[in-house]
Amino acid sequence: MTLAQDPTLASFGHDPWWLIIIKIVFAFLFGLVGTLLGVWMERRVVARMAVRPGPNRHGPFGLLQTLADGLKMAFKEDIMPRAADKVVYFLAPTISVVCGFTALSVIPFGPMVSIFGHHTPLQVTDIPVAVLLVLAVSSIAVYGTVLAGWASGSPYPLLGGLRASAQMISYEVAQGLSIVAVFLTASSMSTSQIVAAQAGNDTSWGPVNAPSWYALLLLPSFLIYFVSAVAETGRAPFDLPEGESEIVGGYFTEYASSLKWALFMMAEYVHMLVVSSVATTLFLGGWRAPWPITLWSGANSGWWPLLWFFGKVAVLLFVFVWLRGTLPRLRYDQFMHLGWKVLLPVNLVWILLLAGINVINDWRTRDRLLVIGGVALAALLIAMLWPTRRPEPEVPLQEQVDARPPGSFPVPPIDLQVPPSPRVRREVAERQPATVGGPSAGGQPEEKEG
Amino acid sequence: MVGSTLPVVGGYLGSYATLGLLLLVGLVFFGVAFGANRLLRPARPASPEGKFATYECGLDPVGGDWAQAQIRYYVYAYLYVLFAVESVFLFPWAVIFDRPDFGMVTVVEMAVFVGVLALGILYAWRKRVLSWT
Repeated sequence: MTLAQDPTLASFGHDPWWLIIIKIVFAFLFGLVGTLLGVWMERRVVARMAVRPGPNRHGPFGLLQTLADGLKMAFKEDIMPRAADKVVYFLAPTISVVCGFTALSVIPFGPMVSIFGHHTPLQVTDIPVAVLLVLAVSSIAVYGTVLAGWASGSPYPLLGGLRASAQMISYEVAQGLSIVAVFLTASSMSTSQIVAAQAGNDTSWGPVNAPSWYALLLLPSFLIYFVSAVAETGRAPFDLPEGESEIVGGYFTEYASSLKWALFMMAEYVHMLVVSSVATTLFLGGWRAPWPITLWSGANSGWWPLLWFFGKVAVLLFVFVWLRGTLPRLRYDQFMHLGWKVLLPVNLVWILLLAGINVINDWRTRDRLLVIGGVALAALLIAMLWPTRRPEPEVPLQEQVDARPPGSFPVPPIDLQVPPSPRVRREVAERQPATVGGPSAGGQPEEKEG
Repeated sequence: MVGSTLPVVGGYLGSYATLGLLLLVGLVFFGVAFGANRLLRPARPASPEGKFATYECGLDPVGGDWAQAQIRYYVYAYLYVLFAVESVFLFPWAVIFDRPDFGMVTVVEMAVFVGVLALGILYAWRKRVLSWT
C-alpha cells in the first residue's frame, strides 16, 4: 500500500542545492546531538542502575555535561607518542567518524514533507542499494579501529585492534545474512522502499492491531541483527576490543585524552545511532507510528513521523545501555563460538526456510504438504543419524595441571584458603562507628531515643 | 541558482553524489574541529621526560607493535571473505526470487550454493579453527 506521502525512488534527486545542504546538515546534527544526548542518557541510566545520581550539575538533569566534556577536549593538548606512525595515527579516528556519518545519509527520517514549498522526502538520499551502503561504510569503519591499534606503536593497542577486526568481521557476516531475510520479504534494498513495504497490512487480533513490522514477521533475523549490531559497535557485553580490565583501553589506549580520543567516543555513539536507525528502518517499521497512534489518521504524515522515528531509536539506544548495565563481558572464545557456530548456521538455515515458505505459499495444498513432509523427514533423518559424541573421560585436576607444557604460568592450589588479613581485623576493631549527627564525643555511638 | 538542481546531483548517479557531499561535509567538520583544537590548545606545553613514551598501562611495554600476531586472526579473515562473497550473491537473489518467472528452482539452486559454502564452514569447524585456543 503506497500512500501519497510515501517516497518512491523517483522522489529522490530533485532537490535544489540548498535543500540538499539543509538535509545534510540535519543528518549531521542528528549524529552530533544524538551523541551528546546518548552519552548523557547512558551515564544517567547506568548511574540509576548502579544506584548513583550520575551527572546532575551542568544544566537541567546534567544535560550539558557531555557538551562541557566535549568542549574540554577541544582545549586539550594533542599528544603524539614517539613510537606512533604519525599520519595513520591522525587519520584513524577520522575514518571511524566519517564512515558513521555517511551511513546516516540513507536513513529515512520521515515521509514526504513540504520544505519552503518543495515536496521532498525527509531523507538525504536514497539509492537502490542503500542498505548495502550502510554495510559497506560500517566495514570501512573497521579500518579506523585496526589502523588506530597498529599506528599506536604499542602492544596492547595492537592486540585491541586485532581483536576488534576479528570481532567486527565475524559479526558483520551474521549481520549481512540477517538482512537478507528483509530483502526476501521486501523485494528491495532501498531503505525508503523497505519502510513502505512494512506499512499497511497489519494483522488484527480483535481490537488490537499488531504492527506489520519485520521484527515480528522475521523475529530470528531481528534478534540476530541486534546481537550482531551490539557486537559490531563493540558495546558491552561484546566490548572486547576495549576490555578495560584486560588490555587497558584496547585500540585507543595511546590516544591519551585529546580531541582524537573524543572522536573515537563520538564514532562509537554515531555507530550506535546508525545501527539503531537501521534496525528501526529495517525491522521496526521506520518512521511509521505503531498501532494505538495510527488510530489518529494524521499520524503518518507531515512532520510527526520524525517523533516516532526518534522514539524508536531512543528505545533501541536504551536497550544498548541496559545491556551494558546488566551483562558482564563475554570471554573471547565464547564470543567467537556464538558468532560462527550459532548465529551463522542458524541464519543460513532460516534464510533458506523462509525462501522455501515464500515460494510454496501459492502452491496447491497437496504439493505443499509433500514438500513440508520431505523437509521434515530429512531433518528427522539427520537428527537421528547425527553421531553422538562419546563423553570424554574426566581427567583429575592434578593430572591436568601436571600435563601442562613447561613454562606455563604457575597456578595456585585450587583449594587455597586465604586467611583473613590481620590488618583488616585490627582496622575493623579500631574503626570509629559512623554517626548521623557528625562526630560524637569520645568515640561513643550516640544513643538514639525511641 | 536557487530552485534549480545542480548538474552533479541530478539523474541516477545524483544520489551517489549527495553521499559524496556528506562525506565532504564530514571531512570539513573535522578539519574545523582540529583547527580549533590547534588554536585553543596550550601553545607551549611542558614536555617532561617520558611524556611521549608509549603509555600502555603505566608500565614499560613489553615488545612493540611489530610483533607477530596469532595466525587465528587470519583464518577468520579468510572465513569472512568466504561469507562476504556469499552475501554478495545472496543479496540480489533475495530481491528478485519472488518474481513470477522464478520459483522453487531458484530456491533449490541457492540452497545448493549455500550448502557448498556451508561445507566450507563445516570443514573449518572440523579442523577446529573456530575454537579459540
